[in-house]
Amino acid sequence: MFDLFRIVENRRYYFTLSLLVILLGVLAMIYNVITLPTHTPWRLSVDFLPGNRFELKFNQPVSEEQIRRVFQSFGVTNPAITRLGDPAENTWQVRTAFVAGDRAQAIRNALAQEAPMDENRTQIQSVSPTVAAQVTQAAIVAVVVATVAILLFVWWSFRKADRAFRYSACAIAALIHDILIAAGITAIFSALFNWEIDALFLTAMLTVLGFSIQDTIVVYDRIRENLTRRRGESFETIVTRSLLETLNRSLTTSLINILVLTALLLFGGASIKQFVAVLLIGMISGTYSSIFVAVPLVVAWFERDLWGTKQRTPQVAIAGK
Amino acid sequence: MRQNTFTRLLIILALLAISAYIVLPTPKPDFVKNLVFWQEPRGRDLQIKQGLDLKGGLQVLLASDLPGGVQPTPEQMESARRIIEDRVNGLGVAEPIIQQQGDDRILVELPGVTDRNLAIDLIKQTGQLEFVDAGFTPLLDGTPISTTYSLYGGLLFPETLPTGKPISETLNAQAATRVYNTAFTGEILQSATPGLDNLGRNVVNFTIKPQFQEAFRRYTSEKLNQAMCIVLDQRVISCPTIRAVLSADGSISGNFTREGANNLALVLSYGSLPVPLTIETTRDVGATLGADSIRRSLVAGAIALIAMIAFMVARYRLPGLLSAVTLVFFMLTSLALFVLVPVTLTLPGIAGFLLSVAAAVDANVLIFERFREELRGGRTMRAAVEAAFQRAWPSIRDSNISTLITCAILFVFGNTFGASAVRGFAITLSLGIFVSLFSAMFVTRTLMRITFSEQAETIEARRAALLGV
Repeated sequence: MFDLFRIVENRRYYFTLSLLVILLGVLAMIYNVITLPTHTPWRLSVDFLPGNRFELKFNQPVSEEQIRRVFQSFGVTNPAITRLGDPAENTWQVRTAFVAGDRAQAIRNALAQEAPMDENRTQIQSVSPTVAAQVTQAAIVAVVVATVAILLFVWWSFRKADRAFRYSACAIAALIHDILIAAGITAIFSALFNWEIDALFLTAMLTVLGFSIQDTIVVYDRIRENLTRRRGESFETIVTRSLLETLNRSLTTSLINILVLTALLLFGGASIKQFVAVLLIGMISGTYSSIFVAVPLVVAWFERDLWGTKQRTPQVAIAGK
Repeated sequence: MRQNTFTRLLIILALLAISAYIVLPTPKPDFVKNLVFWQEPRGRDLQIKQGLDLKGGLQVLLASDLPGGVQPTPEQMESARRIIEDRVNGLGVAEPIIQQQGDDRILVELPGVTDRNLAIDLIKQTGQLEFVDAGFTPLLDGTPISTTYSLYGGLLFPETLPTGKPISETLNAQAATRVYNTAFTGEILQSATPGLDNLGRNVVNFTIKPQFQEAFRRYTSEKLNQAMCIVLDQRVISCPTIRAVLSADGSISGNFTREGANNLALVLSYGSLPVPLTIETTRDVGATLGADSIRRSLVAGAIALIAMIAFMVARYRLPGLLSAVTLVFFMLTSLALFVLVPVTLTLPGIAGFLLSVAAAVDANVLIFERFREELRGGRTMRAAVEAAFQRAWPSIRDSNISTLITCAILFVFGNTFGASAVRGFAITLSLGIFVSLFSAMFVTRTLMRITFSEQAETIEARRAALLGV
């Protein structure tokens, strides 16, 4: 019989669910690598791509042809021009290969000659090839360094528990799980809704990392406490007890975080919407993984039984000293 | 109430009052503003500083461009940074950011700058400044010319520069276009300031370094009534006629606007950069986008706060109400800290702040859940309060330390590359974490102690309604 509270015994269902979601995300990443011109798992924004992005707000209707002509007169042969929002808003996005800052300004001035522009709603971003490559590299280094630092910290803070490294390694497994899910779902949205990842995406990923470890540590902490207080019980019982005891807190905190992030998503500025959405996914995944991935994995490791399907001997516990 | 608890309550009230005074937009007298002595004198306004993405403006990342990919020395980069800082300060931009990034980059952020071309020009000029002999025909401003100094380092007064060489007529003759004789480089100048002459016209006053005054006197007496062009990067900036024999100081007049005189003085003062720089990235943010984002984020934040408090009260009753006080304390002190440090708020910074709010709430949730458990376990109210804080502390500590580790790595990552957004996020989040630790372990605890020791009987009598246990 399926019992929701027998989390550790039923771990195969939760592991399967996680693997399914991760698989979907990985498939989306592969799909993006094949179909996107950049051959990357996500559609990249100008933060990662050498090139320029012009966001132009005109006060009068302008045609795509007019904009294209201006860019071509500056030797930018192949600008990608798209309209942003409602046609009445006269807002356009133009992406080009890398154009140096002063030339970009000259193009802007020439565009303003075509039709008056709203200076306050016009932006230009440009990234040279070297910066883009370095930011990406640095991000990967940052994630790896953060992961190792957290691995060491959890290992150290559980140094008194039996085989502390296993807790630490499973916390990292849960962390990778959360990053994969957040990154995977972003890839799905990237394929479906043309989401572009920017520098904020890196911030989001690193925050997800923080969320994930925070939840896991709270549950671990209770296990650590119960291991010393309830020496008579079997490991699995102690773990399940700790999970249930911290479940209230996990759900309450999660709900509050969901409230905060949903408020930001619904009412916050457009520029942080995607960032908040990724955080929301990562946060839900973080709470889920601390309960249904990190802790069952620790038990699986101690029992040497990943799916929890081995024949069980009836539990015999001797109470007292 | 015990003496100890009473002192704690006083500390909390004092902090709350100071924070509220700092955060609320009341006019503050100057002596209060000057109390924040660690901040730049210009920026001491006790207001939350807004980043580029909120205020609009221009962000430029400059990279050194030494020939052959040679790495600049740290000293060169530092003096280049300082020269750019001086130039930018001359623009009168409020709160510019000029930072070195990594080994060979400089990040410039100019919030609120509208004249972007001017700003870019001022930053980018490598600023090789020369004084050129133009004979009796002054050159028009903006004329590109070739000079003996730019071709082979030739100077009429080679003694004014260690690398200076005498003028060579044969080399001049070989050049395809006319070559003008460079008299001096910007090296001879001591200072230059904009000013007004006695007719009220804009002029630039300058002084000459003592050791070069003799050379300058000789030159101005030989070339009296001839034009001496001021040339920056082989382009004429201004071509004044020498009207008097000068040695120690003088002034340049022309049809300057105030801004023009200002710019010329800046170029003369901070002429040459030790490292040539190229613009690597620019980001240009419209102000309205930012204002809109702020307003929306504030609204979102207010809604989130109300929802959070409602949730806490609904779930934890009386302790939930106490945590609402803690949350208000947390928000006010965090914002006051942002003003005092000072932290420049950006959109990711606001996001980081809101996440630290979540951490603050989580600490309270951990404590209250423990409190309920201890009550169910049969402890008295007072004992349950103490046990709850003691038992919840390891979880709160460990989970927050892990967040701080992540913040530190984010900060280093954001600092090394032009990703100031990431840095802002890490700063507000980590400050918020510290404040949240303090609010949970000090403020909530004191409030709980007071409530549950003073009113223990009353609460016990209506336990189900007030505690939900």
